[in-house]
Amino acid sequence: MNGSDHLSRTDPGALYRELSRSNLPVTKKWWLGMGLLAILALWGIGCFVYMMKTGMGVTGLNRPVMWGSFITSFVFWIGLSHSGTLISAILRLTNATWRAPILRGAEALTAFTLMVGGLFPLIHIGRNWRFYYMIPYPNSRQLWPNLRSPLMWDAVAINTYLLGSLTFLYFGMIPDLAIARDHATGWRKKFYTVLALGFRGSHNEWRRYHVASTIFAILIIPVAVSVHSIVGWDFAMAKVPGWHSTIFAPYFVTGAIFSGIAAVVIVMATLRKVFRLERVLTVVQFENLGKLLCMMSLLWGYFYFSDFLTVWYNRNPEEWEVFRSYAGDFLPLFLVMILCNFVVSFPLLCMRRVRRSIPALSFVSLLVVIGMYAERFLIVVPSLARRNDPFIWHDYFPSWVEFSIMAGALALFLLLYTIFTKLFPIMAISDIQEHLFHTSDRKIGGVTVESIAMPHDTGKGGHG
Amino acid sequence: MEIKWAMAIDLDRCTGCGACVVACVAENNIPVVGEAEVEKGRLMQWIRVARYWEGEHPEAQAVYLPVPCMQCERAPCETVCPVYATYHNEDGLNAMVYNRCVGTRYCGNNCPYSVRVFNWFDHKWEKPLDEQLSPDLTTRSRGVMEKCTFCIQRIRRAKETAAAEGREIRDGEAVPACVQTCPPGALLFGNVADPHSEIARKLKDPRRFRLMEHLGTEPRVVYLKRLKGAGR
Repeated sequence: MNGSDHLSRTDPGALYRELSRSNLPVTKKWWLGMGLLAILALWGIGCFVYMMKTGMGVTGLNRPVMWGSFITSFVFWIGLSHSGTLISAILRLTNATWRAPILRGAEALTAFTLMVGGLFPLIHIGRNWRFYYMIPYPNSRQLWPNLRSPLMWDAVAINTYLLGSLTFLYFGMIPDLAIARDHATGWRKKFYTVLALGFRGSHNEWRRYHVASTIFAILIIPVAVSVHSIVGWDFAMAKVPGWHSTIFAPYFVTGAIFSGIAAVVIVMATLRKVFRLERVLTVVQFENLGKLLCMMSLLWGYFYFSDFLTVWYNRNPEEWEVFRSYAGDFLPLFLVMILCNFVVSFPLLCMRRVRRSIPALSFVSLLVVIGMYAERFLIVVPSLARRNDPFIWHDYFPSWVEFSIMAGALALFLLLYTIFTKLFPIMAISDIQEHLFHTSDRKIGGVTVESIAMPHDTGKGGHG
Repeated sequence: MEIKWAMAIDLDRCTGCGACVVACVAENNIPVVGEAEVEKGRLMQWIRVARYWEGEHPEAQAVYLPVPCMQCERAPCETVCPVYATYHNEDGLNAMVYNRCVGTRYCGNNCPYSVRVFNWFDHKWEKPLDEQLSPDLTTRSRGVMEKCTFCIQRIRRAKETAAAEGREIRDGEAVPACVQTCPPGALLFGNVADPHSEIARKLKDPRRFRLMEHLGTEPRVVYLKRLKGAGR
């Protein structure tokens, strides 16, 4: 939306074509990339089947470390999902004018990270083929699931969030699907015609769309917050030193949003580069995401400090042993976490130059994602490895099977996301168009700048 | 008569010989996993004899602490199981239904005593070792949790015998394998709801304490503090 003339002000077809380069016919390179991802994903699936056939013994798990890399990955992936829909909902409600280009990509990020994250508990359980015992339905065992178990809360929360996010994603996409229907040809036209549900863009339809999207945005925020609170409670409810802490719910939500924003930055930078969206995804979006990331880094640091301080001061021996192990066997991971999440990334994010440079911001985001994985691991494993009875203390390192499954999960996510970008408009075309209607390009000397012809009205619900 | 099974472990008598472990393995069809797996922390034994050192070398002395399932009254493992695979039975025991277990291993994490073990693999008993399997209980498949049951099959048998003879179960009629075996007689089992039982008297001992009492799990296993040397 910066610089040169926008055809789109007069020609919606041109805007659609510009923003939907991801929907162009597939190339050889695309097949090659997809093939590689598919092979990696299949390898992960193969390793999972091998593990299921042989037993969980092919992992590095043991007693007392009964939960390891799979639960770490579960918390991590569910955490990544926390920015997409949440940011999108908050930005819709606060009517942030810069939001339009990141809505769709972020919402899709939520949907697919949730799908991948939700697989991990199923991968993790010992008798995966009996997972349906946890589903409430009238069964021959005449047994309802135990709703006192935080795992059941988790299952309910994640399913709610997944359904909510998918609805939110699809609903927000309807006007864009209608634009796509009007300008696409061939099978795509049929595809979008069905999905657009006959949206024509009449006044009445828009009014309803705005009301509904505001309601969705308001509803999805408490769901998102509750999901990672409940993931935190999986640990906090347990009688495990280091887990049993009241701070866990807000701390987990903070960590989730922190890693989620970092993931949004990485995804946006990739989309911008691959689909040549430089004119839409500008420095403005990245700088604002950078500011959010900076604030979340500070908040994460604060939570970590509070959690650490209370244990350190109290010196309850059971809890202190867990924290002491951070300086022992888990020191490398602890350093990775502290450096990536705070010591390096916070000062960098305070610098305007870093926030305004897309490669630099992407690099910091990558650091944050790595740091947050280490953080999740440090929450799950040391508490178990150093539990109440020193006689059974045991260390844990993931096996090749676990690494393969984790890599397969990443490949599966990338695969799903790439297919999504190929099939659907990855930019929120109608929101961007709306923004363009309010602006015009003005030439001042040698440069063209965007000038706002009319300030957005605020306070009137979702879409301004 | 109401039944409340309990176990007393006299640390003054325990010599750390490990006979209880062997008896338990033989009684409960517990797989022997081999050295390599034990190294990885995958011992399947339902009772462990934890060894701690008291004092500094050369006066260091070993302290032995046999740890079976505590059969907690307020068992942390029960609340977290999503499928009721572990539950409180009518005798107040903490029982396992292997067929319900899906293997989330949450119970194992939430047990402060870490007495629950997981079947990391399917276990085989090579011929002729399969001949020693007890027909009174199943072997467990890969992916399920298991733990000490206070030899529930022996308790059931004793109850059935008593019911067939039309009488109450007698003190000392139901005895878990570890208690029966313990050479110095450090272990004692019985019904504390019966005021005349040996265990009820034993539990009045001022040396009594429970493991990690501050956690509020109300264990059914009571320890008697060690005052003299090992094995007296």
